[in-house]
Amino acid sequence: MPTFVHTDKCDGCKGGEVTACMYICPNNLMKLDTERMKALNQEPDQCWECQCCAKACPQQAIEVRAFADWVPMGGAAIPLRTDNAIMWTIKFRDGEVKRFKFPVRTTQVGSIDPYGNKPEPGDLNSNLLFTESELPTI
Amino acid sequence: MAEFGNPEIIEIETDILLIGGGMAACGAAYEAKRWAGDDVKITLVDKAAMDRSGAVAQGLSAINTYIGDNPVEDYVRMVHADLMGITRDDLVYDVGRHVDDSVKLFEEWGLPIWKTDEKGERHDGAVGAKKMKSLRDGGKPVRSGRWQIMINGEGYKMIVAEAAKKALGMDNIYERVFIVKLLLDANEENRIAGAVGFSVREHKLYVFRANAIMNVCGGAVNVFRTRSTGEGTGRVWYPVWNAGSTYAMASQVGAECTMMENRFVPTRFKDGYGPVGAWFLLFKSKATNGFGEDYVVKNAEMLKDFAPYDTAAVVPTCLRNHAMLKEMKEGRGPIFMDTPTALANLAEVLTPRELKHLEAEAWEDFLDMCIGQAGVWAGLNIRPEISKSELMPTEPYLLGSHSGCSGIWVSGPDDLSSPDHYHWGYNRMTTVKGLFTAGDGVGASGHKFSSGSHAEGRICGKNMVRFVKDHADFKPVLDGDIGEITEEIYKPVRNYFEHKDKTTAEDINPFYITPKMFQARLQKIMDEYVAGVATYYQTNGIMLEEGQKYLDLLKEDSVNLRAKDLHELMRAWENYHRVWAAELHLRHIQFREETRYPGFYYRADYPALDEDNWHCFVNSHHDPKTGEWTMKKVPWAALVDHGH
Repeated sequence: MPTFVHTDKCDGCKGGEVTACMYICPNNLMKLDTERMKALNQEPDQCWECQCCAKACPQQAIEVRAFADWVPMGGAAIPLRTDNAIMWTIKFRDGEVKRFKFPVRTTQVGSIDPYGNKPEPGDLNSNLLFTESELPTI
Repeated sequence: MAEFGNPEIIEIETDILLIGGGMAACGAAYEAKRWAGDDVKITLVDKAAMDRSGAVAQGLSAINTYIGDNPVEDYVRMVHADLMGITRDDLVYDVGRHVDDSVKLFEEWGLPIWKTDEKGERHDGAVGAKKMKSLRDGGKPVRSGRWQIMINGEGYKMIVAEAAKKALGMDNIYERVFIVKLLLDANEENRIAGAVGFSVREHKLYVFRANAIMNVCGGAVNVFRTRSTGEGTGRVWYPVWNAGSTYAMASQVGAECTMMENRFVPTRFKDGYGPVGAWFLLFKSKATNGFGEDYVVKNAEMLKDFAPYDTAAVVPTCLRNHAMLKEMKEGRGPIFMDTPTALANLAEVLTPRELKHLEAEAWEDFLDMCIGQAGVWAGLNIRPEISKSELMPTEPYLLGSHSGCSGIWVSGPDDLSSPDHYHWGYNRMTTVKGLFTAGDGVGASGHKFSSGSHAEGRICGKNMVRFVKDHADFKPVLDGDIGEITEEIYKPVRNYFEHKDKTTAEDINPFYITPKMFQARLQKIMDEYVAGVATYYQTNGIMLEEGQKYLDLLKEDSVNLRAKDLHELMRAWENYHRVWAAELHLRHIQFREETRYPGFYYRADYPALDEDNWHCFVNSHHDPKTGEWTMKKVPWAALVDHGH
């Protein structure tokens, strides 16, 4: 189920060095065609269908088409992601549409203070992690 | 001026090098930095971007290891039984006693965790965070099984990565750099000293010198021919980018591997690989053969051949596969997940509010972690309340964190009354001094999943700081010439430029092989000789000998791999790693003369479980100097009472 890019929506992230989809794809599949300034999936048969690119695209230019060697045409699962929630549109082959919205995060992006209000590290030679004060044993 | 094949060489000195950016690496970064302070330099290098790298890149709908009120000893028993009795109790116990703290951190950082209210009703993680207590303050998660809790986990990895990135600082993180080789020290025997890899985006070769290295690049996917075909071959169950690098790189420098004969063959929703855990555990769904019979119940008598594991609290995963495969082989397929009956039954017990949410929960299970399955359902007009779905056992995967236990032999904790051969040094250090691992890298201790891998990363991170402080005088001197290593790494590029113009179609050329065809050859060999789906997971000693011959020819041809660009160079090196992982798997299966994991693979020449001779680990060692392989049995020890 490889990703594809709508020609009319992709703006190549306006000439940035790396497009959002190129930045994020875990399998290094998205590539910028520098002549057309449009992104494309350079190796569709290695696409995991994770939709990380589709979720990150600022133009909503990327979708997934179910892999053609098995799945009948016409269905789709399309994400619209914000920092705290994701909205899914499920289109069935027979035309029915369902929508679902799920939380993805309960805090603001960038708000994590990794060691704020956490204990100072104790004994480096013990088996305790720095946040722990006691540990069972057998 | 750097160009393709002639990279700029960048040399970096660091105290600790973390190779990988998944859950284990993020845990290590978070813990190690706290102990390191400003004295110890920690560097992380990831083949992808940390926000979406590793096995959790897409997200997850559940955290599969949260101990909560359970005794840790029972977790050890569960892991032991599911993996047919050969696991390291010390390592499993160690994960179990630390894992909940990682989960509590995830919630504090912003991961939405479903909660159960005082009336027993369940709420999603956004409501849970606003209106109910946190896990740390005694909040009750929604248990889908004894060890599992439900989450809204689409953004799980981004949250965990944010904490790790902030802990280390982006100046110490290199993304899109693929480490392909570990390097030993020139002066000290069996001592790690560095690693080398290349940027998949820029013409840069990175040489790292380090005092301690953590090798955590996930399990091995695409070693076997996939059930999916054509355009769909990226649609595998475990992340398609996990190329066995962890096992290959460790074994190449002489680290002892353990239980590489183990594999995981997950039974999943057919063609989309959708998860079954929530369907079985949360929605109480049943799986049947084509004629509506519960195949585990029906074949209980057959499973007695694998006593005592057949009577474990939960029937081991491989035995459930074994029962299913019997039905399939005897023509009683397809195997169905009866989703309509499960949902109809739930409608009778849930509150109206919960029932309204049920359809969304069923879809979220896929959309959080396996969107492809939602696409398959949409394309096939499958609505789970109306239509059953088929299940299918997949192609085999090598991994150490999920329901499998392939990996590297490591030292365990020193406070668990374990035998001497379980702990000889720093916790989670391999048999190569200074080389550590966690997550999918650690063998003989499965069922860590995402949370346990993070916790194990933290254990490892702390111990690496301890190691570095204890060995502060060490000055790494790389064994090997950087110029020669560069030539070796860029050989596929040289092959391409030397030969590409000799034929009119550059992909069809007698002088080189493309990484794609090389991978196809590997997958065919493994599928047909090493118990893939082609033979219903069966092999024997003679088939394995033949398979080894074909693997040897493939290895010979690996010097002829070509790379037309950096992306293909990445694929070439992934396949060097895959072949090594494949050979480890083959050699281990050849050595273990019994059938320990029916349903995952069968030694047809030794079809029975042999507790008298094989209730032990199998470890392998590759000598980096001579290239010689040694296989051996290693004694197993119980640290809790397993009842047998």
